[in-house]
Amino acid sequence: MEDKNNLVVYCEYDEGRVADVSLELLTKGRALASQLGIKLEALVIGDKLDGIENQLFPYGVDVVYKVQDGRLYPYTSLPHSQAVINLFKEIEPRICFMGATTIGRDLGPRVSSCLHSGLTADCTALEIGDHTDPISKKEYKDLLYQIRPAFGGNIVATIVNPEHRPQMATVREGVMKKEILDPNYKGVVVDLDPKKYIDEASYVVKIIDREVEKSKINIKNSPIIVAGGYGVGSKENFKLIYELAETLGGEVGASRAAVDAGFTEHERQIGQTGVTVRPKLYIACGISGQIQHVAGMQDSSIIVSINSDPNAPINNIADYVITGNVEDVIPRLIKYYKKNSK
Amino acid sequence: MSLNIVVLAKQVPDTRNVGKDAMKADGTINRAALPAIFNPEDLNALEQALQLKEQNPGSKITLLTMGLPRAAEMIRESLYRGGDTGIVLTDRALAGADTLATSYALATAIRHIGKVDIILGGRQAIDGDTAQVGPQVAEKLGMPQVTYAESVKVEGGKAVIKRRIERGFETVEAPLPLVVTVNGTADACRPRNARLVQKFKYAATPSEKAKLDEKVQQLVDSRSYLQLGEWSAADIKADPEQIGLKGSPTKVKTVVNVVFQAKEAKRLDGADEAQLEGLVKELIADHIIG
Repeated sequence: MEDKNNLVVYCEYDEGRVADVSLELLTKGRALASQLGIKLEALVIGDKLDGIENQLFPYGVDVVYKVQDGRLYPYTSLPHSQAVINLFKEIEPRICFMGATTIGRDLGPRVSSCLHSGLTADCTALEIGDHTDPISKKEYKDLLYQIRPAFGGNIVATIVNPEHRPQMATVREGVMKKEILDPNYKGVVVDLDPKKYIDEASYVVKIIDREVEKSKINIKNSPIIVAGGYGVGSKENFKLIYELAETLGGEVGASRAAVDAGFTEHERQIGQTGVTVRPKLYIACGISGQIQHVAGMQDSSIIVSINSDPNAPINNIADYVITGNVEDVIPRLIKYYKKNSK
Repeated sequence: MSLNIVVLAKQVPDTRNVGKDAMKADGTINRAALPAIFNPEDLNALEQALQLKEQNPGSKITLLTMGLPRAAEMIRESLYRGGDTGIVLTDRALAGADTLATSYALATAIRHIGKVDIILGGRQAIDGDTAQVGPQVAEKLGMPQVTYAESVKVEGGKAVIKRRIERGFETVEAPLPLVVTVNGTADACRPRNARLVQKFKYAATPSEKAKLDEKVQQLVDSRSYLQLGEWSAADIKADPEQIGLKGSPTKVKTVVNVVFQAKEAKRLDGADEAQLEGLVKELIADHIIG
């Protein structure tokens, strides 16, 4: 097992733009690759990829692999996984990251199964560190720590893949920060022949219809978020969350429990299995604060918790704790905001 | 055409309802206090299987689950709703499996079942939320996969599937045999049927049957539809190197119970209007809100 090999990020793109989640992973990948003294490589599979490298190099990408064919866009599982698998057999990456999107979560497991390499889904942190096997006492240097909440968010587990390569992880959009390393950074482009990497027989799944909407909801970039949890109690009460958000000029977010209960739409879910946000102000209403939720909002500058339970776990990370019922407190906050704002 | 349908399902602790009773005094989880349930999205997968069976008369639904012997409860649950039979894959040698070792065991069991046209499972299980086992089973069986399905139909020997993608939907056509994972937003599973509950309430695996009254045992022996499968790793000729902890490339290095580090929070009484107005004024003064 050679550990000199490189770190590869599978990059998604749409309408000529590389996805944010891929750029976030390149930023993280660049930092880890530098720490390990290895190269950062990007793999893009699709159609009309001319010039896509110019969006990637500024993140410190040393090599861009491109596989182009008209049938490779939109994504389907078999040809994309085959291209990744065949390339990985050649270049034997040490680490591979993918976005925890409907694409990455479809592709990653298929690749890991074929290469018999471990994959950890929805990581919230990625670090490099050593490991000693508790039974064999064998020591491993510089493994990828894949850190994620598990068991409904009640525990946080650090996963390692000591014996298998690549060490693979998926990460949701917004979890890592996107940062350009050097606008003039230059790497090399390697064009791969799709016929060499993909069998004709793998183009078996046909996309017969596709409806994609521009997202109307933009909670990721909102400086103010008012989020409701299961403790809001009902869809009717949840209107108060919208009212407060509108008054403050913010967006509405929700915990998974509130989404599961049908109080609001899935696109508003904040947390490990939803969106990660870093607003200036986060008002958590009736949210108990399971780690899965906290993982998606703990970097907010100011956290206000409104909860009838004075011991709700979220209160431990809050800057302001208001003990009371959401339906009593929110109308008062709206009233005093209107009274005091210019 | 009639279809051989396999539904993959997992019995999971109900992590959505981790109440105060479920936490021990030291802050760790008391797993025994969590009820074991049918993984919610696997019920959505079962419903798609039942609809396929209705549209394709003569189809057969086999529920396959890997877990403790008591996971046979899930097979009965599927029979009460219209399933035909089921198998529990249970063996100490399978314990400690990560998703890859799990998918190897399930794929090996599916090969042991014989000819299968379509394999349906939930998108993910609520205890791990990985969504990996479905695609990994597909890869191990050399079948195509369609994930995030909202609805599944089979027409002219092909599956037509509506699936959810980022910000929208896609409809795809895929050949059989095929692995499909189903979203929680797909049709909810139909309720139990009282007649089927009557018919199948004594359905049992061999280890369950051994604990029943002699009379009930005779009943089970006399009716093949009451005999549920219970397979060990050896029964499916699984490679011991590829199952359980040994077959798992991922290792759990550390597990930390979640304890938030308390920061110094200002505490306010929601009934105290002056305190609330003070907070609003403070946030405005700090330019947090405008």
